[in-house]
Amino acid sequence: MRRRWIAPSAVVWLLVAAAFFLIPLIALLLFSLKSIQTGKCCSGAAYSYVIDDPQFLDTIRLSFQLSLETIAISLLLFVPTVYWVHLKLPRFRPVLGFIALVPFVVPPIVLVVGLLDLYKGAPEWFYAKPYGFLAAAYVILAFPYMFFALDAGFRSIDVHTLTEASQSLGASWLTTLVRVILPNIRVAALGGSFLTLAIVMGEFTMASLSAFRTFPTYIQLVNESQPYAAAALSLLSFLIVWVAMLALLFVGRGRPRPAQLAATR
Amino acid sequence: MHQPYLDQYWLTIKISLITAGAGCVLGLAIAYAVIREGTPRFLRTILTTFSGVAANFAGIPLAFAFIATLGTIGIVTTFMRDHLGFDPYAHGFNLFTQTGVELTYMYFQIPLMILVIAPAIDGLRQEWREAASNLGASSWQFWRHVGIPVLLPSILGAFILLFGNSFSAYATAYGLAGNGVFLIPITIGFYYSGNVLSDPHLAQALAFGMFVVLAVMMLLYIPLQRRSARWMR
Repeated sequence: MRRRWIAPSAVVWLLVAAAFFLIPLIALLLFSLKSIQTGKCCSGAAYSYVIDDPQFLDTIRLSFQLSLETIAISLLLFVPTVYWVHLKLPRFRPVLGFIALVPFVVPPIVLVVGLLDLYKGAPEWFYAKPYGFLAAAYVILAFPYMFFALDAGFRSIDVHTLTEASQSLGASWLTTLVRVILPNIRVAALGGSFLTLAIVMGEFTMASLSAFRTFPTYIQLVNESQPYAAAALSLLSFLIVWVAMLALLFVGRGRPRPAQLAATR
Repeated sequence: MHQPYLDQYWLTIKISLITAGAGCVLGLAIAYAVIREGTPRFLRTILTTFSGVAANFAGIPLAFAFIATLGTIGIVTTFMRDHLGFDPYAHGFNLFTQTGVELTYMYFQIPLMILVIAPAIDGLRQEWREAASNLGASSWQFWRHVGIPVLLPSILGAFILLFGNSFSAYATAYGLAGNGVFLIPITIGFYYSGNVLSDPHLAQALAFGMFVVLAVMMLLYIPLQRRSARWMR
């Protein structure tokens, strides 16, 4: 009973899905092309407003720098940790897996309320700067995605043999980690990094409650006076997620897929 | 507990239950439509890639996409008003209410369901289907006695995941309705973001309540996860 043609009900479902998912994106595009004065199609005014606004570059740069900082801290912290756990403390792996579920149980809105209170007495250079407080919060937020990606990467290689081979040739721990282990888990590390990039570029809740002006909070601010420009920025935000996800698929070709979920809603 | 907050917890839970339920049903139907025999392979690649993006496209930009579509001057709203002679806003529809929030949440709930359930549907082996039909079972009997029972732990697990997903959402609802729809995350944000009515301790108490709800959900999720792993190789 092998079917040769696509089932009619499948066609209906897929068309409904396509309409539901594509119409908002098309509407976003049309909305961003409306003229600021007349509200009619088509004009590039919303786009030139965005490009002329110095805050646009500032905020997108800040968000990008925060992503890079979060990725760097996460990799520095978690690559050696997950390596060590796989090598020496395999019993500890479920514990890490359980800790990685915590950011799911504690949503960003709850986490940021807790963190703002916890760090209240912290020095100015940390608490009042996005590079301090916000980056620390994002490392927590990114932990599950980084952990599951790295964990899958380490599971697919033979950590023990690689380590023993490297050490019997006289390599130090650092050399082993950087020149033997790291190249072997490169795909997993890149996968986790692209997910982290997608999270941080779109994160609104924490940035808004701690009153930092990142890219998503800037979109919200623009919307108060320029809804068409906000539509243009939203479209850009969608493209950033697309690029990050395509990059994720591209580095992971032919390998087990890393987790693909990274949103902050 | 003060009555309004109890109502807000209830509203948040209700929206989460509705969008999780609808997300499970629609996500399952779409995932099955694309995975089943006869559908070209490339459609599945497109759908899963897009789901990965859509599940991550949330928050402020998603809210604005829906405002551009179904807001008072949204593209679809004006199209219906000018060309079809039907004004949804004159017939009780309003994007900036509970219904609108639910509709918008579906944009990340359905893709999440597709991503989570696709491996489980792959686990429904073609041989089972053939065995059932060799024994004379109808399509309905196959689903009733084989398909749904095998998928059930995965579906329940996905339901809990979707519930948590929508329960903890803040940015999307905020972008859509500002402080207008009284969800618990919105109230926490309102009491925390340094306005005249700022009351951080109240916000902390409300946040702890959210944590309790989600912790209970997670305790239900872990055993379901173990059970659904049984059928997947």
